[in-house]
Amino acid sequence: MLRIRCPVCGLRDETEFVYGGDATVRRPAHGETDPEKWVDYVFLRDNPRGPHREYWHHAVGCRQWLVVERDTLTHAIGAVALARDAAPEVRS
Amino acid sequence: MARYSVFSLAAKALGGHRSWPRAWRDPVPKPAYDVIIVGGGGHGLASAYYLAKEHGIRNVAVIEKGYLGGGSTGRNTTIVRSNYMIPGNTGFYERSLKLWEQLSQDLNFNVMFSQRGQFNLCHSPASLDAARLRGNIMRANGIDAELLDRAEVMRRLPYLDYSDQARFPIVGSLFQGRAGTARHDAVAWGYARAADSLGVDIIQKCEVTGFIFADGAVVGVETTRGPIRAGKVGLAVAGHTGQLAARAGLRLPIETHVLQAFVTEPLAPMIDNVISYAAAHFYISQSDKGGLVLGGDLDGYNSYAQRGGLPLVEHTLGSAKALIPTISRLRILRQWAGVMDMSMDGSPFICKTPIDGLYINGGWCYGGFKATPGSGWCFAWTLARDEPHADNARFTLDRFHAGCHIDEKGVGPTPNAH
Repeated sequence: MLRIRCPVCGLRDETEFVYGGDATVRRPAHGETDPEKWVDYVFLRDNPRGPHREYWHHAVGCRQWLVVERDTLTHAIGAVALARDAAPEVRS
Repeated sequence: MARYSVFSLAAKALGGHRSWPRAWRDPVPKPAYDVIIVGGGGHGLASAYYLAKEHGIRNVAVIEKGYLGGGSTGRNTTIVRSNYMIPGNTGFYERSLKLWEQLSQDLNFNVMFSQRGQFNLCHSPASLDAARLRGNIMRANGIDAELLDRAEVMRRLPYLDYSDQARFPIVGSLFQGRAGTARHDAVAWGYARAADSLGVDIIQKCEVTGFIFADGAVVGVETTRGPIRAGKVGLAVAGHTGQLAARAGLRLPIETHVLQAFVTEPLAPMIDNVISYAAAHFYISQSDKGGLVLGGDLDGYNSYAQRGGLPLVEHTLGSAKALIPTISRLRILRQWAGVMDMSMDGSPFICKTPIDGLYINGGWCYGGFKATPGSGWCFAWTLARDEPHADNARFTLDRFHAGCHIDEKGVGPTPNAH
């Protein structure tokens, strides 16, 4: 059982959360017309074996989106932050 | 290679089975090979076997960081089927199933392929309609499929929960009679023995740590036992494809996820077929030793850990009990997990990469075991001829650039949902 320390609610079980995937991908600006940049954003991933920044949604808690640092090999969880503060910005 | 037969078995029995020769050599790596396959699981060993057998390329090495079949080959629930309906998948998986049907004879090794049939249960009129569509597409492609109504499923599988309290109602099933199970270890060992007898070097406990480049092309691998040169390098390391490809500078449409499986204590013969419980994404069969082999969904988050979490244990065993209430008091004997290349459309890759000399066989999601013979056969073809066979022509990395996804489940680029 993973346990995630939600900045709002405190330490909670993984079953309260929904996984949202890699938090390092950056969406291109809406006006971007180069298809390769969209392919890169939608389909390609670094998929690291080790530290990974990822989104979790505290769906049955405070309903905030979080950015969690978690090791994909050991499942150890590091820093947790609200996504509104930690998420990468859209490319300009 | 000493052929196995009833006569060799009888002769060795008289000697107390003490004089069996080892099934494959343990060679020292040569400085160079025509082809190096990275990964000594079923797919890698099958690729080497078909390179030697079908294409006469015998100066081949299979390099494995651990022991043969110790990755996902030894961590699956051994189900073999070919009930795919999207162009690109249909012919490929049927080729694989046809190879399975001859595999024990072909390899002179009993892989215990048992065509016991697979039920895909339907839980609503809409899902029965979808099953009818799938079955018709299969039959149009020469693949066996039968649509069964509720009464027929009740007759064939009397132990399922058909009561008003059932978690999901069972309204019918798509049935593939030629589907079944095989013994996963035997598949790795059988291919290893057959490939070795054709001259393939199988090198265990040798990890590939990087690639050797010349003029932008891959011309060999760096390993924990020194550099080894090769004309072509093929990756068959599903679960770790992205990690190894990253060492060649490639970024792939793959996430690695963990999938658990379970075996119960043995009991008398009860479940004669493979049963897939679509509503809960759960599947179960009974091994020849009597244990029920069952599995469910991914844990759902990126992981290379080869161990799963308790929420999925509860979900999977809850599904088992919901489908077959009578097994609720069975104890779990073993539980394990494997790591999967979850691709962005749920379908695999057997193709050249943008880097000359480097070829990829991966992205198997959790359907890799059934694909083992077809995967090896098609990967060998691609390596030998530098072009895909028609059956793997759509399994390319650039299908996402072209918009030609092969999304059997129709859930889009969400690897943990395929």
